[in-house]
Amino acid sequence: MAEPMKIRATMAGDVADIKVLMNHPMETGARKDAKTGQLVPALYIQDVTATINGAPVLTANFGTGISKNPYLGFKVKGAKAGDKVVVNWVDNTGDKNTAEAAVS
Amino acid sequence: MNALRRNVLKGATSAGAVAVAVAAGLLKPTQALAAYNKAAFEAKSMADAMNGLGVSSPADSKDITIKAPDIAENGAVVPVEVISNIAGTTSIAIFAEKNITPLVGNYALSGGAQAYISTRIKMGNTALVRAVVMAGGKNYTAAKEVKVTIGGCGG
Repeated sequence: MAEPMKIRATMAGDVADIKVLMNHPMETGARKDAKTGQLVPALYIQDVTATINGAPVLTANFGTGISKNPYLGFKVKGAKAGDKVVVNWVDNTGDKNTAEAAVS
Repeated sequence: MNALRRNVLKGATSAGAVAVAVAAGLLKPTQALAAYNKAAFEAKSMADAMNGLGVSSPADSKDITIKAPDIAENGAVVPVEVISNIAGTTSIAIFAEKNITPLVGNYALSGGAQAYISTRIKMGNTALVRAVVMAGGKNYTAAKEVKVTIGGCGG
């Protein structure tokens, strides 16, 4: 993918507020290319997982209705500054991406 | 590359078996997240999408809050936040009822994850954005109408 995922994880009290911006066209398969008139094939993230210090906190499936360059925000209680957040995604073609960040 | 495509295609057909197992009650819906739930995500009606997730007759709940604009400026990017105050929430599913495929995302929470999801979705038409929450093995739901002036599915 062109640009890596961005993860920002900050503490608010004892809850880590985690914001992820993924880089992906999220094509539904129903859009026609303006130049060729052909349908652009479906290309979309299907599976997303997030772990904190290796323990799973979020497992998600996306459909084609998630906006291009998916934004995902979630919160984890009991996390602390310095904990490692890792987010992975896999799309419908098997393409993958991963990123990590420390909770600040 | 061909082997990968073959594996992805094999996985796609086996997802049908998972959906059947979920419907038969053999697999709990949250376990079904392990394999992509094609039946639910490709369903063209709310009823079929909910069936695909193993959800039936969710109870309306005032303890689910959906934050989304009353009027979406851009149907391609509609910010939606779902907060569930129902104790023991284990998953949140988000639907845009009039989208061609209404199920937009399904989120299973574990560890210390709070019952909170913030995302941005595409909406083709003015419709209800619906959240279905699973908590304590039961399903609850709430919805909020979002008016869409310019549809966002790129069709």
